[in-house]
Amino acid sequence: MTRNPDRPLSPHITIWRWGPGMLVSILHRMTGGALTVAGLAVLTWWLWAIAAGQGAYDRFAAHAGEWYGLVVLVGLTWAFWQHLLSGIRHLVMDAGAGFELRINKLFAVLTIAASLFLTALSWFLALEVGQ
Amino acid sequence: MSVGESSTPLGRVRGAGAAHHGGEHWLRERLTSAALLLLGVWLVASLLMLPDLDHRTVSEWLRSASGAVPMALFVIVAFVHAIDGMKVVVDDYVHDAANNLLLNGLILFAGIGGLALALFSLAKIAFGTTE
Repeated sequence: MTRNPDRPLSPHITIWRWGPGMLVSILHRMTGGALTVAGLAVLTWWLWAIAAGQGAYDRFAAHAGEWYGLVVLVGLTWAFWQHLLSGIRHLVMDAGAGFELRINKLFAVLTIAASLFLTALSWFLALEVGQ
Repeated sequence: MSVGESSTPLGRVRGAGAAHHGGEHWLRERLTSAALLLLGVWLVASLLMLPDLDHRTVSEWLRSASGAVPMALFVIVAFVHAIDGMKVVVDDYVHDAANNLLLNGLILFAGIGGLALALFSLAKIAFGTTE
């Protein structure tokens, strides 16, 4: 596809007022990208380390336990729940439902609130109950 | 497929677009998302319910059919969903035909490569001799 660069682009995020629907829509893309790049890399590294044996697994676990490892793992946990919940929102909207302004806004806000809650719950269960 | 014979709205438009395809990509993205809804929650719940995350525990878990089979399904479906999802983003923002093909090609190669490595690791854990 070719585009004449002299022609203007349609109004985009630079001029539209932000709302929950826009935020959740772009978060769905960003979390999807993060889960693809970082999530699948960590998952594959983890599986490879298990297969490679105790030494490789210890090296993985050492990185996972460092501050930057925990930042990535907590971030991925949030990205997982946010993408799952906004994905459900997209499936509902694909079915033609949930486009009324009030419901749409409420659903969008709920995905953010629930993803933060589920991230906190996941790590509470992992750290408190796991001990 | 001829246009106009089908009795359903989807059947009437399927294959009728300018490119004569594309619907299967849209549909596969949603079907894999539904599968990942189940498999993703299974993965998080399983990790939280394992008594420990040391090498011995996770190896034994992934040697059992109840661990290895859903994990293999998760890996396959997650990589396919990630490749499909990244294509949507690339197609939205990269309009130059050569760059689009290059980027989607790189994502496809990297995705299939990662999928192969993850599945090889799982097979090695399940059938291999790592202690």
